[in-house]
Amino acid sequence: MRLKLEARPEPSRLMGYLSPLLAALLTIVAGFVLFTVLGKNPLQAFHTFFIHPIRDLNGVAELLLKASPLMLIGVGLACGYRANVWNIGAEGQLTLGAICAGGVALAYHGEESKLLLAPMFFAGALGGMLWSAIPALLRTRFNTNEILVSLMLVYVAGLLLSWLVHGPWRDPDGFNFPQSKQFSDGALYPILVEGTRLNLGFPIALAVVAMGYVFLNRSFLGFQLRVAGLAPAAARYAGFNASRMVWLGMLIGGACAGIAGMGEVAGPIGQLLPSVSPGYGFAAIIVAFVGRLHPVGILLASLLMSLLYLGGEAAQMGLALPSAITGLFQGLLLFFLLGSDVFINYRLRAVRPAVTPAAAALPV
Amino acid sequence: MDAIVPILAAAIAAGTPLVFAALGELVTEKSGVLNLGVEGMMLVGAIAGFAAAAVTGNLWLGALGGMAAGAAMSAVFAVLALNLMANQVASGLALTLFGIGLSAFVGKPFESVSLVKEGTFDIPLLAQIPLLGPVLFRQHFLVYVSWLLFAGVSWFLYRSRAGLVLRSVGESPESAHAIGYPVIRIRWIATLFGGAMAGLGGAHLSEFYAPMWAEGMVAGRGWIALALVVFATWRPARVMIGAYLFGGVTIAQFFAQGAGIDVTAQFLSALPYVATIVVLVIISRNVNTIRLNSPVSLGRSYRPD
Repeated sequence: MRLKLEARPEPSRLMGYLSPLLAALLTIVAGFVLFTVLGKNPLQAFHTFFIHPIRDLNGVAELLLKASPLMLIGVGLACGYRANVWNIGAEGQLTLGAICAGGVALAYHGEESKLLLAPMFFAGALGGMLWSAIPALLRTRFNTNEILVSLMLVYVAGLLLSWLVHGPWRDPDGFNFPQSKQFSDGALYPILVEGTRLNLGFPIALAVVAMGYVFLNRSFLGFQLRVAGLAPAAARYAGFNASRMVWLGMLIGGACAGIAGMGEVAGPIGQLLPSVSPGYGFAAIIVAFVGRLHPVGILLASLLMSLLYLGGEAAQMGLALPSAITGLFQGLLLFFLLGSDVFINYRLRAVRPAVTPAAAALPV
Repeated sequence: MDAIVPILAAAIAAGTPLVFAALGELVTEKSGVLNLGVEGMMLVGAIAGFAAAAVTGNLWLGALGGMAAGAAMSAVFAVLALNLMANQVASGLALTLFGIGLSAFVGKPFESVSLVKEGTFDIPLLAQIPLLGPVLFRQHFLVYVSWLLFAGVSWFLYRSRAGLVLRSVGESPESAHAIGYPVIRIRWIATLFGGAMAGLGGAHLSEFYAPMWAEGMVAGRGWIALALVVFATWRPARVMIGAYLFGGVTIAQFFAQGAGIDVTAQFLSALPYVATIVVLVIISRNVNTIRLNSPVSLGRSYRPD
């Protein structure tokens, strides 16, 4: 008897929901194996990685703090991915958002009024949109692959930021370190919970996720995006403008990533540094997929992914493992998700080997 | 004239990791499989090659290690994209993200390790030719291997029966299957080959070109290799030209600084990425260039039955 994949008559909705859970479970199993291979007690390592970081109020605040940019970018990317617009350069769009918002903060340095946050917010969103407009323009105008263009721009954005903090925007009193001045109070998100770093960025991210839900699942434009992705021919016959879908998917993704970048420099970082994100733009791709391109799923997936970041830091301190283990788990999670997704369209069926009369007659 | 020799020689050296990765990906794509995980496979190949060379003290074992690691990475992709029919774009992205994490994790202890620097291998007689000799024939040994690879891939794809079968699988898996060719197995082999070559390209980077290991040291070369395949309209000879052009762009910053030209370092470092975008725009401007040259089934899952 052996197992065979058999096509389902129609995709299973149940598996659509179960598959991310199965993937998370498999990642945990792989984690057990990995910790054992590395000579750590798996149960203890697990406690350090997943439980210890969120044992108190401060831990939960850190979880929500790191989940904010992830859910924000994840929802933005989902808008594009639903239309088969593959924006994978969110990391660069985040960087541009941080640069533009940081530019406003530095230009009005010394401003104590929190009203400064409003122009910073719009500058961040615009910066992200500007960076995502490049692949959108090249795709719609010159038919250029948006995957490669948006990715190349990640490196360009990183170098632009590096130039700014090494050169024109370097803090003159910063002992020659490549960093800008510390932002003044007006340019920093207010703290929500005293004694933690959780700030206004979290409710803003939640609001964007809610807006994303309305837009994607309840609006005609969101419907058009979905049709353009699932059935491009049908979208064409219906008269939906394909270029418009590309622009929409790209610009929303860029705006969200830009806002996330603004949230980093106006939040936990509080100045411009050569690097303003530990790969949130890439991790958010996984968040979008694991969340099934659905805002509620993305919200949950961003919490899981944030926990992986915290666990990586805890593993570095508590288990003497490199914090890069976070990236390993992120990759595994996406692998397992893509693998589990096969069961949405297929099911396993046990098939007995066909016994031919001649074979049956043979003495075994 | 003498001033240009070191520049050309350095451009070829810098373009060689791209040659390996792009020729490998070219074969993979010719079979209809789009593996976007080149960056991840190069990174894992780079650290595996470096680690193997550091532990055994043998650079060639290191290069083999890099190839094996790249192939192993591509096998993960093949299981997902070929056997489980997962979306190829998503699977390739997953491979890259996983490779970034895996290489950073494994590579931590090797960040301060240094390898013996392998000198160039001068080909007797040929190295004495004026101009051409120092440019072409005083290179690392793997550079010559990359030329053999180019000759081999060109011959295989356009002059051998097996290459014809591979291309037919990329053009129309349904027809190839109907004639009786094992589509999935052929795609598996093409994918493994692409992975091994990406791994070798990574190992060349960390063992011979740099030689050192640093987190994320591939720095987008895997993505540039993917762009090169499109730029070359899926033709091996154009891949070579493109790779060396990009090698030249990559080293421009060192020579500009050496020549005392005052250009901001970050702008010169951004050149290869900007150049990639520019050539992609030029080549894809005409819709038909891509449509006529790309393998028809590129990126589409196929399930026999």
